[in-house]
Amino acid sequence: MSRKFGEVGEHVGVAVASPRASLRAPAPGYQPARTLSIRTELARQLRRRRSHIAAGLAAIVPLLLILAFWFGSSDNSGEKQASAYDSLVTVATAGGLNFALFTLVATAFLLLVLVALLFGDTVASEASWGSLRYLLAAPVPRSRLLASKWAVSLLCSIGVIVLLVGVALAVGTAVYGWQPLQLHTGTKLPTGQALLRLTAITGYVGLSFLPVAGLAFLLSVSIDSPIGAVGGAVMFHIVTQIFSAISALGQLRQALPSYYSEAWLGLLSTPIQTQEMAKGAWVTLMYATVLFSAAWWRFTTKDIVS
Amino acid sequence: MPPKSTSSRRCGLFFRRKPVRWIAAGLVVLLLAAGALWWLSGGPEELIRTQARITVMSGPGRNEPVTLDTTLYRPSSASAAHPVPAVLLAHGFGNSKDGVSSDARRLARSGYAVLTWSARGFGASTGQVHLNDPDYEVADAQRLIDVLAQRNDIVHDGVGDPRVAAMGASYGGALALLLAGHDPRVDSVVAEITWNDLSRALFPNNAAMPNGSGTAPGVFKKAWAGALFGSNILRSPTNPAGIVNSANAVNSANAANQPSNANQLSAATCGRLSEPVCRMYLESATTGRASAQTQQLLYRSSPASVIDRIRAPTLLLQGAHDTLFPLDQADANARGISANGAPVHVAWFNGGHDAGAPTDAELTRLRDLTSEWLGHYLQRSEAQPASSFSYSNASGLGLSQPGVRITSYATAHYPGLSGNTAARGIALTGTAQHVANPPNGTPAALSSLPGLGALLSLAGNVPSVTGADREINGEHAQFDSALLHQPVTVVGAPTVGIRVSSSTSEAVLFAKLYDVNDNGDARLINDAAAPLRLTGLTSSLSDAKPVTVTLPAAAYTFDKGHRLRLVLATADQAYSGPAEPALYTVALAKNSPGITLPQVTARAQTSQDNGWQLVLAVSIAVVLAGVVGAVCIARWRRRHGSRGKPVLDVTLRDVPLAVRGLRKTYRGGFIAVSGVGFEVAANQVVGLLGPNGAGKTTTLRMLLGLIKPSGGEARIFGYRSEPGAPVLSNVGALVEGPGFLPHLSGRENLALYWRATGRPAQDAHMDDVLEVAALGEAIDRKVRTYSHGMKQRLAIAQAMLGMPRLLLLDEPTDGLDPPQIAVMRSVLQRYAVDGRAVLVSSHLLAEVEQTCSHVVVMHQGRSIAAGGVSEVIGGSTTVLLEVDDPERAAQLLRKLPQVEAVQHTGEGLVVTAPGDRSAMVAALVNAGIGIERVVPRRRLEDAFLSLIAQQPPVNPTVDPIMVDSVSAEPTSGVDA
Repeated sequence: MSRKFGEVGEHVGVAVASPRASLRAPAPGYQPARTLSIRTELARQLRRRRSHIAAGLAAIVPLLLILAFWFGSSDNSGEKQASAYDSLVTVATAGGLNFALFTLVATAFLLLVLVALLFGDTVASEASWGSLRYLLAAPVPRSRLLASKWAVSLLCSIGVIVLLVGVALAVGTAVYGWQPLQLHTGTKLPTGQALLRLTAITGYVGLSFLPVAGLAFLLSVSIDSPIGAVGGAVMFHIVTQIFSAISALGQLRQALPSYYSEAWLGLLSTPIQTQEMAKGAWVTLMYATVLFSAAWWRFTTKDIVS
Repeated sequence: MPPKSTSSRRCGLFFRRKPVRWIAAGLVVLLLAAGALWWLSGGPEELIRTQARITVMSGPGRNEPVTLDTTLYRPSSASAAHPVPAVLLAHGFGNSKDGVSSDARRLARSGYAVLTWSARGFGASTGQVHLNDPDYEVADAQRLIDVLAQRNDIVHDGVGDPRVAAMGASYGGALALLLAGHDPRVDSVVAEITWNDLSRALFPNNAAMPNGSGTAPGVFKKAWAGALFGSNILRSPTNPAGIVNSANAVNSANAANQPSNANQLSAATCGRLSEPVCRMYLESATTGRASAQTQQLLYRSSPASVIDRIRAPTLLLQGAHDTLFPLDQADANARGISANGAPVHVAWFNGGHDAGAPTDAELTRLRDLTSEWLGHYLQRSEAQPASSFSYSNASGLGLSQPGVRITSYATAHYPGLSGNTAARGIALTGTAQHVANPPNGTPAALSSLPGLGALLSLAGNVPSVTGADREINGEHAQFDSALLHQPVTVVGAPTVGIRVSSSTSEAVLFAKLYDVNDNGDARLINDAAAPLRLTGLTSSLSDAKPVTVTLPAAAYTFDKGHRLRLVLATADQAYSGPAEPALYTVALAKNSPGITLPQVTARAQTSQDNGWQLVLAVSIAVVLAGVVGAVCIARWRRRHGSRGKPVLDVTLRDVPLAVRGLRKTYRGGFIAVSGVGFEVAANQVVGLLGPNGAGKTTTLRMLLGLIKPSGGEARIFGYRSEPGAPVLSNVGALVEGPGFLPHLSGRENLALYWRATGRPAQDAHMDDVLEVAALGEAIDRKVRTYSHGMKQRLAIAQAMLGMPRLLLLDEPTDGLDPPQIAVMRSVLQRYAVDGRAVLVSSHLLAEVEQTCSHVVVMHQGRSIAAGGVSEVIGGSTTVLLEVDDPERAAQLLRKLPQVEAVQHTGEGLVVTAPGDRSAMVAALVNAGIGIERVVPRRRLEDAFLSLIAQQPPVNPTVDPIMVDSVSAEPTSGVDA
């Protein structure tokens, strides 16, 4: 009975599908929702040299930092400390968690450039290779193509950040041991809680890259040069950082995407403070929404002449 | 140009076809607007700013005129009908009314009339500095209240009694308190980082002897006094910027060295200090002691003198990093004013004279406290402030420099400096230690110095200078606690009992509390030292009486694993100790409980404002809803088709490609394609022929949905071709050269391309296609290494993946060598069977002729001819004749009616003759002329020129719509 039902079901499925199919007359087996799946796009992107370089950097930089600490002098006691970086470098070798946190903060700009690379070159490189027009003529619907590219860029960005922090945590623990997270104030957080906070900090740092990622993505669909897209986004970040350092701008700076980039420090406070992070996340979300929407708008309406 | 019809049609399309985008745009705008509103909540009110020089009579006899430079800020809404309360905003020492202008504006925007003025002796006001003397500065301020009383746009509580708050920081704060003590018209006071008793602030003594000698004048705070008064001394009235010239410097140095000359003090020596103040400073700085006269002068200038008369509700904001006016000054004010029954709130904040500007969060907290306070006691609109005490404690690192993150706490009742719950005792250990007072107090330890303080402390919590750097061996005794097993927070002034013996019966010591972390780094709490002047000491420790030392008040947390360290040092750079060398012995008091740390039970105020968390959550929800909505609408549209023109034209169901009136105008006005129409029928190989720039590639891009046509349409098997139209899955394409991922092999490229179409792998016909590419072993090499021809073959193979029913190939033979071209021709001809069709674009007539069955000729963006190859090109009227007797043949041919021209060339005779050539050949044969060859002359130029000659001239300025309607007619129809 059930088997027969199954057969009927399959038959009905075909019967239902065929009028739709005939309405838009696709080739047999073509379904817009099955074009350029995330897996396919991952396969296309992961074997690129730039992906290998990004992953390699993320894996090697923590090792280089370990070596730097190994050979360098660790005497910072006389120095004046004011920034997040300074406050973390003094306790960077207190344990694996400390080292991972320090590595994340010290390499934030590298990560930002990598994220800009992953988002900025994804469409522009296809345009420069000439493969974009063939994907669109396949046809991969433009929104679908953009969604897959966005998702893969996001996954790769998360992958790079997690890889860097993971390697730092692993080698840091191997060299300095599995110790509670020591804060510059002298407070020590137990490992379990510290791991949670490290995860949350990593998440927030990643989140703060979204405006730059959004701009890189917008530039990527607007111009056919990957270098231009990545460079433009990084330039934008540098300019906003300069602006957020100009105290004469006062309250206006709070609207800059990089102003709250160190708001994760609230997670190292006791008790934790999330106010600034919420503000920062909101600002980030607004930029990301506007920029990614603009990218989508631009790509779905533009003429593909590459 | 018919703009009306065009625009209305476009708008119609826009609304019908792009609901997703409109919704997304709407959401974005909404979010932005909400954010902007949140950001700007409470838009700024217009201000009216009035500057005036007001001359008032002050002095003991109220007969000494002084001109005050004032500015009144008031909201434009203030009027006689809507009067507002007033605020007298005083500035700090060495500053002027300009220093408080931003605070004044902020207050005025919240609905207060704010009067600022430069105090006498400062800024553009006349007079000399009397240090908040009741007869001078305080009298001046009372006259300013009189000025406010005359204004009808200010609320009055009685005749001549405006509702006014006195407000200020430091010098201005003391004035506010003194004014409230001297003038009952003051309705509220907000006093920031100010003093209670200037004599105790400048000559502090934190020791309480059993015999009550703790009230004796303490140790002169020489560094701070010098920073305040000394800088003023070197600032003559004619040189207000403070530029020191050598004469002045010498004068002041002389004056300082020779107090006996004090009665000859000149304006150049004292600057704008009044003579009594100047004399007081010079004397104190020289002797390090407070004379009775000095104490009297300082007391007159202290709120302590009128504290029992202050009945106005008072908000006291005191900085934790303030060695000039420490927290105990605010404590004395609070206790005095509370005793009168007036409401008081004491707020300790992370700042003060030693720190730089408070952090943003701390500034916000102080502003909120102030506006709450004034809102209730002055505007009488807000609820009564619930708490009487609030403080903040460093809890981490903040965003901006100096970058301390704080958490604030509050209690309902002010606990004073000894806490509101049982204090904690922490045992200290340490034997009696001998310490020496160095001659002339040098070398001296460093606790804090004016100006340096901000740098040293970084507002608090970073071990910047370790204890080892600060204390000098042989000059200090130290007593440590055991390691703390749990964090200990102190809120208030710790106390400790000590015993001291001295070789001179007197001793000056500096008590300091350090936090020592597990690396041994010691941090001086708030960089503050408690100076002790002990008198009547014995020479033997065994006889010494216990002394209770009150350490500087603080709100501070000692972390687990740290230890406390009490240090008693003999000299400090900030204070003026005895110059004579002396030897002291210092020990803890017998049976001492160690150090007593006051405890406060208070509630943390971190969750006070969750606005942003809420905004964030709502925004995330809206964005997610927007994305989900857009996806749903897109799906729905895909399933139900766009509602523009009909998707399917049933009459064209069996026609692989039908193009009608296709146009493309770019934004700059450039017309790339102005009117293209043709059909490709099943089993045809059609050539799209035209010179470079004719619009062939643009046309192909429009067929594939890559470029949006400005007009007209293309239908593939009857379905409209648009971006992403599913019917495009029946089309294989090569447009403007190959496009591959260079890091992958040819085979991987094809495989991944097929995977990207999402169609079943078995439909790809991969093997057949690879045969077409004929790349051999190279198929597994990276595409990066391919020659252009190899890429071109791979691209043709990719176009054939899945055996699409329509192939669109743009210049397919580009880069191929002749044998490969020949192969490709036969491939294409064999491909166009079973209902399939091929469209090949080319600029080479020969290629079209040899490959295609039909041809469409394009020129300047228009299709100008279409039909069978022989009809269009072979219909050329020119023939090349090779005969044995060209002369005779030419004569003969010229006589024939259909022959238009005969030309001799090196190859033979070129004859232009439309129509049937057989008559021509028959005539030559009949005349006995031997014919070797008859070849149609089909040069591209000839074909084009003859075709173009038949066309109306193309005018690029002609309106595209018109071109469309003209060209659509004659260019359609290719016979099957």
